[in-house]
Amino acid sequence: MKVLYGLYSDPETAQVAVNALNEAASELKFDPRQIVIVSGEPHEGYEFADSHLTSLPYRWAVLGGAIGALSGFLLTTLSQRAYPIVTGGMPITPPWTNGIIIYELTMLGAILMTLIVLLCGARLPNFKGVITDPEIWMGKILVGVIDPPKDSPSELEKCLLEAGATEVKQLNSTSR
Amino acid sequence: MQRTAEQIEKDLLRPIFRSSPRYWIAVGISSSLVLAGVYAFGYQLYNGIGVWGINSPVFWALDITNFVFWIGISHAGTLISAILRLCNATWRRPVTRCAEAITVFSIIIGGLVPLCHIGRPWLAYWMIPYPNQRCIWPNFRSPLAWDFFAISTYLTGSTTFLYLPTIPDFAAIRDASKGLRKRIYSMLALGWQGTPRQWQRLEIAMHIMAIAIVPVAVSVHTIVSWDFSMTLVPMWHSSIFGPYFVIGAIFSGIAALILAMALLRRFLHLEEYLKPVHFNNLGKLLLTMSLLWFYFTFAERLTTWYGNTPAEMTVFWETINQHFAPMFWIMVLCNFVIPLPLLAIKKLRTIIGTAIASGAIVVGMWIERFLIIVPSLDHKFLSYSQGSYRPTWVEDTLMAASFGMMALLYLLFAKFVPMISIWEMKVGLQPHGGGIVTTEVPGAKRHGLVLEGPLPTDVEE
Repeated sequence: MKVLYGLYSDPETAQVAVNALNEAASELKFDPRQIVIVSGEPHEGYEFADSHLTSLPYRWAVLGGAIGALSGFLLTTLSQRAYPIVTGGMPITPPWTNGIIIYELTMLGAILMTLIVLLCGARLPNFKGVITDPEIWMGKILVGVIDPPKDSPSELEKCLLEAGATEVKQLNSTSR
Repeated sequence: MQRTAEQIEKDLLRPIFRSSPRYWIAVGISSSLVLAGVYAFGYQLYNGIGVWGINSPVFWALDITNFVFWIGISHAGTLISAILRLCNATWRRPVTRCAEAITVFSIIIGGLVPLCHIGRPWLAYWMIPYPNQRCIWPNFRSPLAWDFFAISTYLTGSTTFLYLPTIPDFAAIRDASKGLRKRIYSMLALGWQGTPRQWQRLEIAMHIMAIAIVPVAVSVHTIVSWDFSMTLVPMWHSSIFGPYFVIGAIFSGIAALILAMALLRRFLHLEEYLKPVHFNNLGKLLLTMSLLWFYFTFAERLTTWYGNTPAEMTVFWETINQHFAPMFWIMVLCNFVIPLPLLAIKKLRTIIGTAIASGAIVVGMWIERFLIIVPSLDHKFLSYSQGSYRPTWVEDTLMAASFGMMALLYLLFAKFVPMISIWEMKVGLQPHGGGIVTTEVPGAKRHGLVLEGPLPTDVEE
């Protein structure tokens, strides 16, 4: 995988570059989905950063909690019914104490589901083809095109530079 | 002076790439304590649990004191961090990771105590709720079974809560290192790149985790308190124990956090990040907790005194003016008398002032856990069910080792992970502290909201 990218010193110029690449996509014959943006910190309030806003993880977390609650209910109730132990005159399936187990497993379900949804949503782990540049940790933003069109590399480079790139680089990303 | 992204990167990664001789001396001392604990534990395994000072009727003593103490300390991090995240308190940024690390390590240490306590740790798996060879399921009515679920959930949640925001920092270290170190951090970073999609997902996940972890943290210490209050032992069977333990846990947790921050600031040279404002804010929180602790202690004691039942009054007077009175009054001194002026008077609420108050509180809260457990078991309801307790060198050594282990884990963590979240500090550099901005660039103004005025309190003194 090859990436041709520019480094931008602030999110505004990065947004300019993203806009320019989107406009030039059809002319330079690449799909806008090939545009890649990488930064060392989140940037709230910019279209390039907010295009992935979603409330789905919250719903998944609720589902995880529900699965956890059901597991807790089944674990306590079924096992208590399978091997009934009467303790201190308590009922076989005491709702008060079982509620504690169900509560903890509800929260555990939500936590684990959140973790799974994050890993899936952020496409992690991903040990192949990591696109990165040490400069992004110094505050720069990487905006580029994955597998750029072979017949117009200079136009693409020009487009990145005109948008305000401090530097244009090419990355052959094969390893981590 | 506002620091740049480059400076932040350099400052916070420095301890990972370079360590002073003082660091290795501290590692040596804490490792020695841990080794002493390993020896004491081996001695106990070989000779049996009889080498401890516990005996009928005092079956819980120093070990369970340490268990409750460490689980209490664990409330430092995740709970405080989660609440500050949910409140969007921007000054939290340099504090959260120091706090979350305390949580994870103290739960691990707290979780190891029952392993020592059961005497036959090779049978520890019996504590796990699964049908054993006789097909008897665990008794879900037992607070000890609740402990298993609560502590496991809290440990899972806290570890996740610590690990998730560390992933981008692992990626930063990956990109700044070579060779084996690069390979290790590549694995830890899971291939993190920093695409907008990844940042969005991470921030949402952290928000959900913060919501989920607060009730879990509260439940954990409530359940630990129920280990006692579900039992008919003088001064234990009380409904106040749940909130009393939670308040005590947050109290000791914040104190431990302030102590850790003061040490990190001094030894890792983080003066530009852990500023007086952080100690001042946490000091105010600590003051509130000190007052609440006093209120709960007074309420508990008043109710016992007013009830005037013989068994409870025996324990009451034992702690107030008899055998355990020196410990009781030291506890009051450490938890209330010393911290109150240091934290209430603005001039005294300095880094040193809050650190002294925190040191006193950590000692005071350990004594409080001891006074909850031992005097009550010493004087149960029946006259033949009374005894005395004196710890042996094995218990003392194991206790010292638990503190050594905490120090060692924390030191090692500081060697491998930036103690302050780098990317979160960089967010603090953005216009309006990472808030929403408007500009002339299409796509950068869709929120249409302008935040005016100075930066949020962030890192200003």
